[in-house]
Amino acid sequence: MERLVVDPVSRIEGHLRIEADFENGFIKDAFSSGTSVRGIELIVQNRDPRDIWAYVQRICGVCTTVHALTSVRSVEDALNIRIPRNAHLIREIMNEIQFVQDHVIHFYHLHALDWVDVVSALSADPNETSRIAQSISDWPKSSPGYFKDVQNKVKRVVESGQLGIFANGYWGHEAYKLPPEVNLLAVAHYLEALDWQREVIKIHTILGGKNPHPHYVVGGMATPLDINSDNGIHAERLLHISQLIDEAREFVNKVYIPDLKAIGSFYKTWTYGGGLQNYLTYGDFSTGDIRDVELFRMPRGVILNGDLSTIHEIKPDDPEQIKEFIDRSWYTYDGATTGGKHPYVGETTLKYTGPKAPYKNLNTNDKYSWLKSPRWKNEPMEVGPLARMLVGYASGKEEFVNIVNSTLKELDVPVAALHSALGRTVARGLETVLIANWMRNDMDELLANLKNGDQTSFDKTKWDPKTWPKTAQGVGLMEAPRGALGHWIDIENGLTKNYQAIVPSTWNASPRIDNNNVGAYEASLRGTPVKDPNQPIELLRVIHSFDPCLACAVHLTDLENDKTTEIKIG
Amino acid sequence: MSKVKTVFQTALERGLSRRRFLQMCTALAATLGLEVSQSDTVVQALETKPRVPVIWLQMQDCTGCSESFIRSTHPKVESVLLDLISLEYSEVLAAASGHNLETSRQNVLEKYHGEYLLVVEGSVSLNEDFVTIGGVSSKELLIESAKGAMAIITYGTCSTWGGLAAAKPNPTNAVAVSDIIKDKPIIHVPGCPPIAEVMTGVVGHFITFGTIPELDHQKRPKAFYRHRIHDKCNRRAYFDAGLFAESFDDEGAKQGYCLYKLGCKGPTTYNSCAEMRWNGGVSYPIQSGNPCIGCSEENFWDNGPFYTRMATIPGTQTTINPETVGIYAAGATVAGIAAHATVTAVKKNKQEKENVSVEVNN
Repeated sequence: MERLVVDPVSRIEGHLRIEADFENGFIKDAFSSGTSVRGIELIVQNRDPRDIWAYVQRICGVCTTVHALTSVRSVEDALNIRIPRNAHLIREIMNEIQFVQDHVIHFYHLHALDWVDVVSALSADPNETSRIAQSISDWPKSSPGYFKDVQNKVKRVVESGQLGIFANGYWGHEAYKLPPEVNLLAVAHYLEALDWQREVIKIHTILGGKNPHPHYVVGGMATPLDINSDNGIHAERLLHISQLIDEAREFVNKVYIPDLKAIGSFYKTWTYGGGLQNYLTYGDFSTGDIRDVELFRMPRGVILNGDLSTIHEIKPDDPEQIKEFIDRSWYTYDGATTGGKHPYVGETTLKYTGPKAPYKNLNTNDKYSWLKSPRWKNEPMEVGPLARMLVGYASGKEEFVNIVNSTLKELDVPVAALHSALGRTVARGLETVLIANWMRNDMDELLANLKNGDQTSFDKTKWDPKTWPKTAQGVGLMEAPRGALGHWIDIENGLTKNYQAIVPSTWNASPRIDNNNVGAYEASLRGTPVKDPNQPIELLRVIHSFDPCLACAVHLTDLENDKTTEIKIG
Repeated sequence: MSKVKTVFQTALERGLSRRRFLQMCTALAATLGLEVSQSDTVVQALETKPRVPVIWLQMQDCTGCSESFIRSTHPKVESVLLDLISLEYSEVLAAASGHNLETSRQNVLEKYHGEYLLVVEGSVSLNEDFVTIGGVSSKELLIESAKGAMAIITYGTCSTWGGLAAAKPNPTNAVAVSDIIKDKPIIHVPGCPPIAEVMTGVVGHFITFGTIPELDHQKRPKAFYRHRIHDKCNRRAYFDAGLFAESFDDEGAKQGYCLYKLGCKGPTTYNSCAEMRWNGGVSYPIQSGNPCIGCSEENFWDNGPFYTRMATIPGTQTTINPETVGIYAAGATVAGIAAHATVTAVKKNKQEKENVSVEVNN
């Protein structure tokens, strides 16, 4: 048996290390480790709860809006603030464009190079690429000359000897199955998507002032809605947003989805990377208030062991349902080295027991990660697009059922095929279509409200901390691009007493509790074939299908105030 | 090194017409704040410089700076990646992972000693337990990568000042790059994140002019960090008139009144937000109704709370006391505007003199 190490795993957010035991051409077992920690939850303690969104937003600059949104939701839950309808719509639109932009970037810039051979595109016939492009979409940039230009760009970069971001890829690996013409198509859209992503995200800039890291406010949004003020969000600003929404949808429907299906059709026999088949989603995108779970366009629930006939109910306040364990993580709980805690009583005391750097291998028989291990009723869960699509599908939501069924039919695969790396990637694309549609609906509703004279976006009744109770607890839940996200806040005397975040990539990338209770990454890698251990492209394929976000996953450190001295510094 | 081509050659070979190349240079000149006539200099410089190899390290970061970088509208990020620089090591964008990616970094260290740019995003932990990349601590990775760099750019507040991880109580002993590296030219580009076009503008300056941009006493490029946001704010006229928003969503907030009473840190924050604005000039936080949180300033995370107004406004407190001046006192402030302007100018001159002396001492 051979130990394979991939560190750093690139084309992700953050610092992820995978160690895998490799035998007879397959991964027998794998260990997922987060190797960096900042201690944000400790840093936010004793600060103004209205400020926390900005601190925790910096958990992640890729999903750059979701932690801020979850944070303000947690404070609003604690203080029982109901935000105005327009504020809800603005937040929805910002989250929706975040999803759409983030998923497209993931597909082209983070994931595609596991399926697309850039160098192979050099030998493509641009005429044939053009024919293929026009057969799958009416996207206008599809002439033979256009693809010839793209091919020349790639050629010059390759021939210059300065490959830059394409240096040392696994080009020519036999795991690449696309014909050169489809590779060229994907490379052209890699470059187009680079342009597109920076345009459509301007929605954040108009509504939240900037991107990355747009602004939020507890109690609503500070966005100055006023169609007759030169300093307000008036017709020019609103129509700019409207246009960007249409451009976002057009790219999704005419470029992303056709590419996804075209590429997917060449890989549908590569059925690896399924893993746990336990799925969890908090649900989101309410057509009412976020407290109205029954109005969620994306439903809440848990699926166990791939059984789509039963949706289990999630109770985020139940101390027995969601717990974070530290059995294989570099922490202690009340001095003990194992155990699980619900986030309301959570604790994070850093205690590194791994090898001293520089090291070759982690001691994976002991503790090996800065990520904790969240579990639902002690079971490991997969969160993210596949979980959401399957819960929506199993719930019988019409939009979900229709888009899943028609795609399965097109690709000529059964629903069970979704339990795979490729299934995850397809699910991400399908939910992008749904969310982009909702974004249009939400914008139309916002315009209608403004037309009817409702320009309110902020509720100030609980802004002043003097109006708050002495103590309050709240939870903010949402679906972020990478999966179920929850923040739990404990407020005392107007300050943040304790703050806990359980983040999508913590669920997915978590270390095991024991060999029978492993996280989603580790489970999905077991049994994956690796042709050449020096070029583990298959491993990257599986890991990238989750869209890892490690700075999110290792958000950590919530120490009780009286325990801060336990941290060893220096 | 004969294989290394100039930016212009590369652009031509990539099928960029001379006309488009000139357009790109003009856009770059605009970003750098140059007159259009000066874009000739840009053209000439790019015609004779090779694509500069770049190692981009991510330490205790959130990837927000990388994300901001790829939002650049002028020059477009595709041009930056394929025409200006050769991004040889990047955890976000590189095709290669693990061993192959590390090989790319080693290649740059050997092949381009003294000729590559080192970019750092994120703070560095002095404790090797808290951050390792490829099994190596962040501090060692920085020291090794800095040795052969011709210069270092610290993108973002974390690598420039320590940033979020270094906020109290700094649980992981996080520090800035300049706390560790003392013997290299360092360009500080703070902001959480910095504006995209500021990021590409700094690289563009370096490559275009072959020099480090002129820096202030805190090593920030003067082209982008010379003024306070307050100095060029779109709500400034209302500050001078003594008109302040009292609550988000009140009439004043919508009409563009000053956000100072809602905690705005614009008066103490040096950055280009008000001038260049974000994402291709679309808006910036204050324009969109939000008080500035001062994200490009040292220790800004510990200078809050964000929604509490400052006790005094540096350089302006002699002219207006927003506690006493309101809508009905607007008339009384007319005289104050001139005085205010004088104070600001005096302060600026004083600071620039200080900068000069600091630079001489160095």
